[in-house]
Amino acid sequence: MSLIAVTVIGHDRPGIIADATAGLAGLGLNLEDSTMTLLRGHFAMMLICRGDSAPAAVEDALAPLAADGRLMVSARAVPDEGDPNGRDSRPYVLTVHGGDRPGIVSAVTRVVAAAGGNITDLTTRLTGDLYVVVAEVDLPAGADESAVAGALRAVGGELGVGVTLRPQETDVL
Amino acid sequence: MSIADWTEADLGVAGRVLPVVRAPAPVLSAPSPPVDPADPAVVQLAADLVETMRVSPGCVGLAAVQVGVAANIFCVDVSTHPKTRTSHGTFALCNAEVVDASRKEKGREGCMSVPDLTGDVKRATRLTVRGTVPGSGDEVVIETDAFEARALQHEIDHCAGFLFLDRVAGAHAVYPRQTYL
Repeated sequence: MSLIAVTVIGHDRPGIIADATAGLAGLGLNLEDSTMTLLRGHFAMMLICRGDSAPAAVEDALAPLAADGRLMVSARAVPDEGDPNGRDSRPYVLTVHGGDRPGIVSAVTRVVAAAGGNITDLTTRLTGDLYVVVAEVDLPAGADESAVAGALRAVGGELGVGVTLRPQETDVL
Repeated sequence: MSIADWTEADLGVAGRVLPVVRAPAPVLSAPSPPVDPADPAVVQLAADLVETMRVSPGCVGLAAVQVGVAANIFCVDVSTHPKTRTSHGTFALCNAEVVDASRKEKGREGCMSVPDLTGDVKRATRLTVRGTVPGSGDEVVIETDAFEARALQHEIDHCAGFLFLDRVAGAHAVYPRQTYL
């Protein structure tokens, strides 16, 4: 049993997920993690599935999806990355909002990377002139949280956008 | 009586530590039948829930289904949690129901029965709950807020067969758990 990464992106229409997952189920593949959304009206799906099929067989099974040329489908074998929860780190939520301009994501994520931080999830949305970034960030346990937040604010100031970094607290009930 | 005056010593039996059941155990997804608060088995279960909550790091509430028993009873103790405003200390409650709920706020929840995931859930921050006290069978009405309100709703959901996963705010509101207590 190996892992296969599948991406589907393109023109949105009802039934894409039903069709794609039926193709995967037909090969006996188990859909493990996935995320799907609309980006600027384009359907986008990434998923990791496990099974005994070769990636080429997966692409063949999903070929009908792409038959009209409006969806792109790809399948690639990927290694098992193991337990993602083993790192010694603390979770934060990073938010950015302000006037749109090129370079916001690269500047902000560069600060996070320089601090040894790892981004585990990131979404951007552009509506009118308003640009919004929300990211889940793991900072190393030894990182100076206030220094990172200060560096982010400084970069935000240069870009003319507001940047906040706050601890992500989970209450276990 | 005031539930704030209650302690597990009122039950008159020693609690035992029970193993905590994890999803997808079916008992977590079925509504619990009402219980007779005076039933000695219910009194023992209340003591067991409090004892199991006490020995579980970070645990601020535990429902009977989480120890594998389909019974409408849970215990709560948020007295040491930093997000607590109002606290009624340690208490157990049978057949609890929400009487009034308002001022919803989103918060990220984890659960001992779903150890590897967390999720964003909207819960009322002003809450009135009615239930009966195990042992005496006294009916009590609890008015609370903030974190105790969230804990009560989480436990009442357990008794109704719902996990926080049934309440998450949206398709991207479930996350891998990052920190373990």
